[in-house]
Amino acid sequence: MPDIEIRKIITSVEEIYHEGGPAAQVPLRRASITAVIRNPFADHFVAEITGFMDDLKPLGLSMAIRLVNLLGGDPAVVEGYGKGAIIGAAGELEHGALWHAPGGYAMRELLGEAKAIVPSAKKVGGVGARLDVPITHVNASYVRSHFDSMEVGVNDAPRANELAYVLVMTTGARIHSRSGGLLAEEIKGKDGLR
Amino acid sequence: MNAEIRKIAVWVEETHLEIGKTISPPTRKAVAVAVVANPFAGTYVDDLDPLMEIGAELGGMLGERCVLALGITPKQAESYGKAAMVGENGELEHAAAILHPKLGGPLRVAVEKGAALVPSSKKMGGPGQVLDVPLGHKDAAYVRSHFDGIEVRLNDAPRANEIMVAVAVTDSGRPLPRVGGLSAQKAEGKDGLR
Repeated sequence: MPDIEIRKIITSVEEIYHEGGPAAQVPLRRASITAVIRNPFADHFVAEITGFMDDLKPLGLSMAIRLVNLLGGDPAVVEGYGKGAIIGAAGELEHGALWHAPGGYAMRELLGEAKAIVPSAKKVGGVGARLDVPITHVNASYVRSHFDSMEVGVNDAPRANELAYVLVMTTGARIHSRSGGLLAEEIKGKDGLR
Repeated sequence: MNAEIRKIAVWVEETHLEIGKTISPPTRKAVAVAVVANPFAGTYVDDLDPLMEIGAELGGMLGERCVLALGITPKQAESYGKAAMVGENGELEHAAAILHPKLGGPLRVAVEKGAALVPSSKKMGGPGQVLDVPLGHKDAAYVRSHFDGIEVRLNDAPRANEIMVAVAVTDSGRPLPRVGGLSAQKAEGKDGLR
């Protein structure tokens, strides 16, 4: 299997103080990291691709570590997460699916007890394509206050033979969250759902 | 603070590889954005002093955010730029008032020195629209290797009554500069030009 060939890394951090309502003392923070890498399977159909998931593990872990550092370095502040992939036009959607295990498990490992499935979105796109990366609570997928998303994209990526793999973490609920449902304080079980 | 800030976002972009060539160390650009309320949305006023004060606050704060995001000392900053996008209930002159009279002074403190004019752009726009921030060498505007730009956009800004203000700082020029002109090494950095 080929080495991971990184062309670019893009990070972003948003601090949200308010959205028309009362300003928060502590702003909600959302961080994303995008790695633009060469797609080793571009331009031709390759049947056996699963080995690439192992190759991606160190990249996933390094991206997750950088995300936690962008949020201050303490994994305990991370309450929401998500992941995504944009596949350049010479690749196929399935190449985005290779990110599920290395991207998701890297974050869950780093966050210790994270129990919820990491929500995800993927698509084939050209340079400048935008992806709305879904976000849910790290321990219970049904926590309504933490359903969110973060838009990512790069003006010069992904080129046709590239993959843009994305991880996202947040520090809390939507800034004026008030739509009911399961609250973070009410999380009971260990099933990752409620 | 005169500025009523709704949101702050900071991006960092690293280029590790360009057209097959390894860039070592990677070139890095940071851009920080503040989304602020436009105190004069929907009304014509002659005196734009309050916006100039907002510009002074944001020049220092966003410049510091960029330097922090790059993990450099102020002295290590090599180029900079600024831009603003005014939501539809404002006017282009609001961007000028924020950017030109007072933003540059505190920004220059944040990046140490800064003899050169801070290159700028401005436009009217809405949520999700792209703002291109021009970049030039901070001490000598004619340094050709550092002419560049960086794109920013936020899916939810600027709303009609908001202004999005961006400051960009780099620790490097373009990844593979080779179009001649004045080099950073040869620049004197006294008159801001050469």
